[in-house]
Amino acid sequence: MKFVDEFRDTEKAQTLTKAMHNIANRLATKQSKPLQIMEFCGGHTHTIFRYGIEQMLPDSIEMVHGPGCPVCVLPMGRVDDCVTLAELPNVIFTTFGDAMRVPGSKKSLLQAKADGADIRMTYSPMDALNLARNNPDKDVIFFGLGFETTMPSTALTVLQAEREGVTNFSLFCNHITTVPTIKAVLDSPDMKLDGFLAPGHVAMVIGERPFDFIAKDYHKPIVVTGFEPLDILHSLWMLLQQIEDGRSQVENQYSRIVDPNGNSPALQAISQVFEIREFFEWRGLGSIDHSGVRMKPAYAAFDAEKKFAVPNLKIADPKSCQCGEVVKGVIKPWDCKIFGTKCNPENPMGALMVSSEGACAAYFNNGYSEQKTA
Amino acid sequence: MCLGIPGQIVSITDPEKLLAKVDVSGIKREINIACIVSDGHPVAACVSDWVLVHVGFAMSRIDEEEAARTLQILEELGEVELELDAMKLSVESK
Repeated sequence: MKFVDEFRDTEKAQTLTKAMHNIANRLATKQSKPLQIMEFCGGHTHTIFRYGIEQMLPDSIEMVHGPGCPVCVLPMGRVDDCVTLAELPNVIFTTFGDAMRVPGSKKSLLQAKADGADIRMTYSPMDALNLARNNPDKDVIFFGLGFETTMPSTALTVLQAEREGVTNFSLFCNHITTVPTIKAVLDSPDMKLDGFLAPGHVAMVIGERPFDFIAKDYHKPIVVTGFEPLDILHSLWMLLQQIEDGRSQVENQYSRIVDPNGNSPALQAISQVFEIREFFEWRGLGSIDHSGVRMKPAYAAFDAEKKFAVPNLKIADPKSCQCGEVVKGVIKPWDCKIFGTKCNPENPMGALMVSSEGACAAYFNNGYSEQKTA
Repeated sequence: MCLGIPGQIVSITDPEKLLAKVDVSGIKREINIACIVSDGHPVAACVSDWVLVHVGFAMSRIDEEEAARTLQILEELGEVELELDAMKLSVESK
């Protein structure tokens, strides 16, 4: 496939690995502990595990798998809200497939569907709007989740519904924002990261500038990164060069997709439909200020939170979960007491076991025992 | 969740609603192109564009020159590494 295969080339991967080992050897004389690099985005976590990238890296580089998996960080209370909406009479509840298995305090959407609720997986929010057009006697709710990458698609769908006067379509908005979340990770007292891979598709929407504070205020190097294995290796090499030179800058490895200024029609749609929430509750990380968006009052007619009674219950994370420490790189997944035993992909207790993009599930599914004994 | 896939726009299906047909590895489906249309790049100019498709929306036009430039950097890095190896060998064999 064009623009995919070339970025999976083995020879170039070997070259990059070698170049990284060379820098790491030079750095080894100056550093006492491994360098900790965080990939924020769950998509990157997925690539890193799928291609065994950690095994290719010098021992002095440790990957810390960040909180950027929107399905993982969805609080149980929000899943309960989804189930409540889906079980309302006369409602068709639509969602991306990823969210179906996320456990709520009583059941997941998959279980609610088995119990008879009309829940449908859609590839695109536009498909949900189509369902609304074709079922004028039903209320169609779309479960909007994800970071800035996905926000333009739901915002544009709401704008389209408004233009066409489709009044039986609404959005249950659970979108989250990247920058306040990275800031929360950086501000945590036990933070010890040395650099970041920035989420390429978030940057495609919001541009490079919102990441400036990481380089300027926190003096950490950061590279906007694509999603193929060569993209990850290339960015890690760029980060190591910054570390060796003592620089901290925002660099863009993913220039084939990311415009430094972001995507202006996408940003316009986002700011037209959404506004920042004072705070948003995350599974595993607690409440983070300004880390979510809701719909503006002008779009109340398309806002499921206004249209229906949403219980909005707060359900505490299980006490035994240590997801927060894992995403900050303080402990490794297998250091958690319930990893692989009480908490596993079939019965996830913590956020990071929920989706294959979560660090714990990724380790569990890729033979964590080797890591454990290594 | 935040992943995307490259595809090529084959036709405009609804210029009013900004809908187009995209070909992703032989699979064709309708997508929304609102995010890649601008005054400088009107709807009609989108046909044959390579775009990144995410949840049914073209989110970015793929810059072929930048893609080639990235690969070129890696190509050149390979050449440098080879040269360094040769140099190292020659030093060690003395």
